[in-house]
Amino acid sequence: MGIEYLQIMKSEMILTGIIFFLLFLKVWDGIKSNNSLLHITNVLLFLNVVAGLFFNTNGELFSGMFHTNNTLVLEKTILNVGTFLISMMAFDWLKDHKHLLEFYILLLCTLLGMDFMISSGNLLMFYLGLELSSIPLAALCNYDLHSIKSSESAVKMILSSAFASCILLFGISMLYGTTGTLNFVEMAPLLGHGNLQTLAFIFVFAGFAFKLSSVPFHLWTADVYEGAPVPVTAYLSVISKASIVFIFITALFQLFQNYGPMWYHMLYLSILLTITVGNLFAIRQDNIKRFLAFSSIAQVGYILLGISSGTIMGVSSALFFLMVYTFSNLGAFGVISLVAAKTGKDKISDFKGFYTHNKFASWVMAICLFSLAGIPPTAGFFAKMFLVTAGAAKGNYWLISIAVMNMVISLFYYLKVVKAIFIDENERPIEKLHGSLSLKIALTICIFGAITMGFASGLFEYINTITGK
Amino acid sequence: MNDIGLLHFLFVSCALFFIGVYGFLTRRNLITMLMSVELILNSVNINFVAFNKYLYVDKLDGLFFTIFIITIAAAEAAVAIAIIINLYRNHKTIDVEEADSMKF
Repeated sequence: MGIEYLQIMKSEMILTGIIFFLLFLKVWDGIKSNNSLLHITNVLLFLNVVAGLFFNTNGELFSGMFHTNNTLVLEKTILNVGTFLISMMAFDWLKDHKHLLEFYILLLCTLLGMDFMISSGNLLMFYLGLELSSIPLAALCNYDLHSIKSSESAVKMILSSAFASCILLFGISMLYGTTGTLNFVEMAPLLGHGNLQTLAFIFVFAGFAFKLSSVPFHLWTADVYEGAPVPVTAYLSVISKASIVFIFITALFQLFQNYGPMWYHMLYLSILLTITVGNLFAIRQDNIKRFLAFSSIAQVGYILLGISSGTIMGVSSALFFLMVYTFSNLGAFGVISLVAAKTGKDKISDFKGFYTHNKFASWVMAICLFSLAGIPPTAGFFAKMFLVTAGAAKGNYWLISIAVMNMVISLFYYLKVVKAIFIDENERPIEKLHGSLSLKIALTICIFGAITMGFASGLFEYINTITGK
Repeated sequence: MNDIGLLHFLFVSCALFFIGVYGFLTRRNLITMLMSVELILNSVNINFVAFNKYLYVDKLDGLFFTIFIITIAAAEAAVAIAIIINLYRNHKTIDVEEADSMKF
């Protein structure tokens, strides 16, 4: 009995263990040097990634409240790898910070919440995981305590995420009222009857769209991303978004399967608006974090395009895209975090002539942006191709053509940044920046992932087989 | 006819929900916006308890959910107020119209 609990909730148990260990380190106060604390944490997070690969089982606990299977293990591995990379990149920013361990405790709490959220089989568990993953994130946004922008972004984050959860909860309460259960499996066949349930479904969908920052619920995203410290922005745009996509897939395919035609139409409208608005607003940005915020809004539109097909192929292409997106987006954020930590600059115009002194970082940035734009031979091309192919299965060629035309628009603004780095001249370009070893390792991993994952055809096959079950 | 039934409770909770949404969208003071969010959460609580009491008496899912919502609302308020205090230190105001250093 006991060993079964340990095995099924393995990744959560390990994360809880790390959180308590860091808490004891904080209370003990024996290690004064920030550098050694950071190395200890990075090693722990690496071990967490490695431990996630072994001894996995399928099963459920607490009468279906918590379940795990191969797909969920893969999703949790994506989240763990992303968190590990972000922690490596945060080195230069955190090494002089006074509250280092608190940062990691909050960060890992949100990761724990996401793990619980994506493996939940019950709306109560889902809600608890969602809140555990969003409340500490608001505190993390405020981590630059004396920066005006940082506190402003935290206020926007906590109020909009609280409002979104309220709307989601109101929908959940109506679902409970009409079905009398909170369990996904028991609830799914009872849905699809009556107007109250339709209203509830719309409320829940709106709550999800808020968290996913798909248009027209995207207004908080750019402000929060711009104000938050760079590693937190990276975390928000990759890990937090990926976890919401995972549970959104479960909700649509499992819980709301009776509403299939309806959510397809809602997604259709949302995809059109999300891709177009995200791209058009990204063109006119000068702040690079804000630019990546709008670009990530547009990327969510492509993920939703894959999901809207309603097929296994759609789900597996969304998962594959998120893996590629993790590496390419984190690579770009790694370079930005290095520049922000050393010089405090975050304008695209500041990056002019960046190539003259920082060859490696410039190449990382260029390859990651190419991968985000979807240029072959980077992995982003294959990922986007799978998504669009999956979306085309429905025969909605208007939507597909608009999505593909938007890829051309996106090429324009991604290349604008690359042009600023490589071609534009600047009288005083950014000096040679000496990043820490861990940042370099993280950037190398990112660049490796962004290039090779497209050629590893076995990977997509593997995702396709495990999501098919 | 004169008994208080499920519909009465749903009426109250719906009214509370929309008062909360209205307050959230029109008020400019951050603390008041937080109070509006609490109103919405309480409307959800009323919904859960009423459904549990009138429709599903033998299952306690709704009551449990309410207890968890109250707990999380407290945690959320604590974090939100800490953040608002920090905003006040930086901005010298808690008016949301003044917090506009980032736009488009």
